[in-house]
Amino acid sequence: MAEVTMAVHRGDSSNGKTVEYKVPLSPGMVVLDALHYIQGHLSPDLAVRWNCKAGRCGSCSAEVNGRPRLTCKTRMDSLPQDKPITVLPLKAFPVIKDLVTNVSWNYEVNRKIPAFNAQPGTKWKMYQKDVDRPQEFRKCIECFLCQNVCHVLRDHGKHAEYGGPRYFVRVAGLEMHPLDAGSRIRGVRNQMGIGLCNITKCCTEVCPEEIHITDNAIIPLKERVVDQFYDPLVWIARKIKGSNSGN
Amino acid sequence: MTFGFSDEDDSAMNDKFEVHEHDVLVIGAGGAGLRAAIEALNTGATVGVVCKSLLGKAHTVMAEGGVAAAMGNVDPADDWKTHFRDTMRGGKFLNNWRMAHLHALESPDRVRELEHWGALFDRTDAGEIMQRAFGGHTFKRLCHVGDRTGLEIIRTLQDRGVQLGFDVYMECTVTRLLKDGERIAGAFAYWREQGRFVVFKAKAVVIATGGIGKAWKITSNSWEYTGDGLAVAYEAGAELMDMEFVQFHPTGMVWPPGVQGILVTEAVRGEGGILRNKLGERFMEKYDPKRMELSTRDVVARSIYTEVKEGRGTEHGGAYLDISQKPPEYVKRKLPGMYHQFKELADVDITKGPMEVGPTLHYTMGGIRVEAETGAATVPGLFAAGEAAAGMHGANRLGGNSLSDLLVFGKRAGQAAAAYAKSCGALKTDPAQFDEAEREMLAPFERPAGESPYEIHRDLQNTLQSLVGIFRNEADLKAALQKIATLKERAGRVHVDGSRLFNPGWHLARDLRSMLTAAEAVTRCALARTESRGAHSRIDFPNYDAEWGKKNNIIVKESGEMKLRQRPVPEMPEDLKQLFADDKDVVPTAAKAPAAVKTIPSN
Repeated sequence: MAEVTMAVHRGDSSNGKTVEYKVPLSPGMVVLDALHYIQGHLSPDLAVRWNCKAGRCGSCSAEVNGRPRLTCKTRMDSLPQDKPITVLPLKAFPVIKDLVTNVSWNYEVNRKIPAFNAQPGTKWKMYQKDVDRPQEFRKCIECFLCQNVCHVLRDHGKHAEYGGPRYFVRVAGLEMHPLDAGSRIRGVRNQMGIGLCNITKCCTEVCPEEIHITDNAIIPLKERVVDQFYDPLVWIARKIKGSNSGN
Repeated sequence: MTFGFSDEDDSAMNDKFEVHEHDVLVIGAGGAGLRAAIEALNTGATVGVVCKSLLGKAHTVMAEGGVAAAMGNVDPADDWKTHFRDTMRGGKFLNNWRMAHLHALESPDRVRELEHWGALFDRTDAGEIMQRAFGGHTFKRLCHVGDRTGLEIIRTLQDRGVQLGFDVYMECTVTRLLKDGERIAGAFAYWREQGRFVVFKAKAVVIATGGIGKAWKITSNSWEYTGDGLAVAYEAGAELMDMEFVQFHPTGMVWPPGVQGILVTEAVRGEGGILRNKLGERFMEKYDPKRMELSTRDVVARSIYTEVKEGRGTEHGGAYLDISQKPPEYVKRKLPGMYHQFKELADVDITKGPMEVGPTLHYTMGGIRVEAETGAATVPGLFAAGEAAAGMHGANRLGGNSLSDLLVFGKRAGQAAAAYAKSCGALKTDPAQFDEAEREMLAPFERPAGESPYEIHRDLQNTLQSLVGIFRNEADLKAALQKIATLKERAGRVHVDGSRLFNPGWHLARDLRSMLTAAEAVTRCALARTESRGAHSRIDFPNYDAEWGKKNNIIVKESGEMKLRQRPVPEMPEDLKQLFADDKDVVPTAAKAPAAVKTIPSN
């Protein structure tokens, strides 16, 4: 049986290195299968997160040959097999052990987003054409690959002042819900720092759910921020009334 | 509100362990656990939710086809009575009638409530929630979002819980329940991340840990599905019921090997998918000419199995499931997950050609015996809901009835647990119990050498797959019991290497004990039930037995041993019996074993 070499990150937050393992190939095998082989036969304490193994839960994210992927959907036969296949943890979050990172920051961001808030006296009728748009955002499986590739987090580490693509998608899903009465645009601008995004579309490229994060979520939210805070007429009106446009 | 990983500011310590205290502790953060937590919070109780994975990753995300609720949006003739009838017939009348009754009555409200919390279901032209056909349901009844209904539900519940402010302890695994005399007093657990131990003091505990699929080789279930909740409840003295009834979903992927068992939603058949064998025959005509592909799961799974065993299977040992007669755009819109799953994992374009599918272990009808109205188990302070609880589905679950089950009974269990916690008075916890739980967890590190938990797990999976499968017989089941006894001994000698820091081998060593308890319970019940009914098919007893139709198998721990007994199935009141007055098929049809099965060696 053909074999392939997996080069997998091993170690904790203080100390890590890449370790090579020989793994037998089978038809249709995915990278997560190779990691399970290592756990089951070579190194039982290899730390990997996974759940559904079907691309639906978003647990098994890692960087495979330098590209952020769901390991359960990355076929081994899509990767060159004449050299080691590297599997590294997500770079934007601190390593706990091996391929497992501490993603708790994401949950902290999420809980700051005001929840769905139905208009008073809502009649619960919605038409498919009205829900198509927010339904796209609700496909998100929270794999955090978009967060991982976003340079604002990955390269600049601005976790304290930025929400990241995942949470712009969540806000867009709420803002575009046909029966929602909440307003989150101020928070998107001030707490979630949407202005830091310079629409390079890296997030859209890696989204396994093919959500058009930049075009359908981030850009419309940026437009709403502009409408609310930078519209010249509104600005003049505020000046006259003496109210502050920020914060 | 806190989101635990392992460092909690507000945790107290006793001299040795991190301690948290709540009125209600919910174990499991799938739909049932989250719905229970929300309801307990609504009553003003303090609530902690412990989950093995990250929040939002529980198995509910894998529920694809929809949630069953007789709303009548598409078929106005639908009502709770029809839903109740379908559920009882599907469960071959072994269901707890009151649970099926409450479920049929309350599921529409539970679905509407999700919408009020922000869920976005697919719509009808009239702007109502869209409903689709599913196996065993008389009318189009499954409210859905394409083929990702479970994700929509779990995200909605997760956001609702966060809004209400629950404490979530993520990546934390419960290893035993704590007791004060006969009463539940909390749980002992460890953090996956650091391997440190933690004590939860709680007046009431709700078990919502799902099923036991990971004990079989071919399963749609994830690593979490090891029956922890059932095992700790059993150890604490709770009764388990109907454990012989495990559901093989008819359609899992069969090729390539790495994806074997991954779920192919019943919505494919709900949307018009057709099953064929390698000869091109639409074989369901033979097994259930009336309902065809939309027969109940037990029947369709047996039919596919029989076709394969009798030599009419596909190249990789399954059946063909074809939806390509529908317009490609329709398939991609209604089944986007399936389209991508087959395209990416199996190189099959389901808009152009058939899928290959075969049975995969999917669901546990059995579980903790509970009171219908409250989800109360037989131990004071212990509650259970969702897949971990028994009774609602009887001998076979209808597709779509699981998501509605977890909403209806999650709410009820959460409410009852909070009410119990208010009235139960002060509890004492016993540090000796913590120490014992700790010793048990550390033992695999302390043995100088021993077996790998992965080896034992593989052997258990192979044993159940070959001996406790779709068709069973006495010799196989007895052989399985012997093998399970050996595996239990081996599990007692298991050794793990490495540190306590996020160590999956160590975690599996604990999960194995739960799986072995569940496996033994399933096998004992399957051996006892000398008839075929619903998901339990005995080659040596192929017929329905009226006497067994009046009994539920019960498993309970007594004097340190697993004991089996029976309880009478609760009798339906007259007014509900009237709903079945015209039933010709109240008596379930016998499960016909494939000719070839009788000669298959039972390795």
